[in-house]
Amino acid sequence: MAIIHVTATNFAEIKASEKTVLLDFYADWCGPCRMVAPILEDIASEREDIIIGKINVDDEGSLAHQFGVVSIPTLVVMKNGEIVHQSAGARPKAQILKLLES
Amino acid sequence: MAHIYDMIILGGGPAGYSAALYAARAGFDTLVIEKMSAGGQMALTDIIDNYPGFDEGVDGFTLGMKMQAGAERFGAKSEYGEVLSVDLAGEVKTVKTDSGDYQTRTVVIATGANPRPLGLPDEATLIGRGLHYCAHCDGRFYKDKTVMVVGGGNSAVSDALYLSRIAKKVLLVHRRDTLRATRVYHEPLMKASNVEFLWNKTVSDVVMGDRIIGATLQDVKTGTSEQVLCDGIFVSIGRVPATECLNGQLPLDDYGYIIADETTRTAIPGVYAVGDVRTKALRQVVTAAADGAVAVHFAEEYL
Ligand SMILES: Cc1cc2nc3c(=O)[nH]c(=O)nc-3n(C[C@H](O)[C@H](O)[C@H](O)COP(=O)(O)OP(=O)(O)OC[C@H]3O[C@@H](n4cnc5c(N)ncnc54)[C@H](O)[C@@H]3O)c2cc1C
Repeated sequence: MAIIHVTATNFAEIKASEKTVLLDFYADWCGPCRMVAPILEDIASEREDIIIGKINVDDEGSLAHQFGVVSIPTLVVMKNGEIVHQSAGARPKAQILKLLES
Repeated sequence: MAHIYDMIILGGGPAGYSAALYAARAGFDTLVIEKMSAGGQMALTDIIDNYPGFDEGVDGFTLGMKMQAGAERFGAKSEYGEVLSVDLAGEVKTVKTDSGDYQTRTVVIATGANPRPLGLPDEATLIGRGLHYCAHCDGRFYKDKTVMVVGGGNSAVSDALYLSRIAKKVLLVHRRDTLRATRVYHEPLMKASNVEFLWNKTVSDVVMGDRIIGATLQDVKTGTSEQVLCDGIFVSIGRVPATECLNGQLPLDDYGYIIADETTRTAIPGVYAVGDVRTKALRQVVTAAADGAVAVHFAEEYL
């Protein structure tokens, strides 16, 4: 499944998805965020059953604020429109896959 | 019979991918196992100005990707996985990861180092709620707020300076009464009007609301405690070598670094320690890369 660029405009639509949604709050200048990026691409290519959305905190300040993001990367797992997991910090692939089972 | 590699490299920072490049060019069947992505700590810096060959500097993430591509060009392989344990005894060594087990005749340990935590109970749960280890990553969330920086070395001072340009106020907490940082850093910090120094203090606890709203500081001389309010805490008190996965199979020095000299050979034949995880005088990208090359030189002798 391709990675979606999430904005305030398309957020509601993504949130309403029936699939599990993995959100990645990031910025271009953040080293640990860049380390997570290839891992998310890897997961995206393997998992048809989830949607991965990347949210640029510089462009989407209000979404970042809404989720109370103060550290990046912050990964959020949403199911049926509800947040089931939210945590900050880069983490290995196996741990991200585990978050999806939250 | 499982595949047996000539060399498995634990960690894909500059030390790991330099070893991989030399190993692949020496004709070794080589695998790098990296839990995050190439570059290691180097990937956390915007600009590296002291790695030779880049006259305008280079960003650490790009350099990491290039090191990986350079090694893969000669046939080195990479796997995402976290090494959980190793068995280094014997001629064939086993590396266990969260995504499978591997066998190899030589092991290069290039796991680097991580930020040193404050040592508070449940510290990990505070990440994302106001506790930070990377000022350049998270500083921008503290525009016009009050932040605390803990530490007194070069990186703490450079974090405090960086944050002083964003935050309303920076409180620098240090357990001594003078900075350990190199002199050149002192003056700009002393000049910054919004930096306040809290000497002889350590953080003994955090004050929580929905998130961190302050810290309890203990005076190391008098033993008295006080609460200081702040919106976020940036920890910069050094680094700890990443050796958990070795489960005590190699001797470490008092600070937890793997004991190995400039040959990178460890106490176990066929096992090499390279980069920041090894006892050495200067931990930099260029010395990490040099170690990788040296390890392969001695591994060639060994194999
Ligand atoms: C903020 C910052 C700025 C810096 N600036 C500079 C600079 O300007 N110039 C300079 O020369 N140096 C700089 N350094 C130092 C430099 O980054 C390090 O010396 C260098 O990265 C060490 O390389 P390494 O390969 O030994 O370890 P690391 O870079 O730490 O790489 C280790 C790798 O191993 C992986 N790993 C660890 N444990 C496991 C495991 N169990 N399983 C799988 N993988 C694992 C990690 O994910 C990591 O990718 C800086 C460091 C920091 C933190």
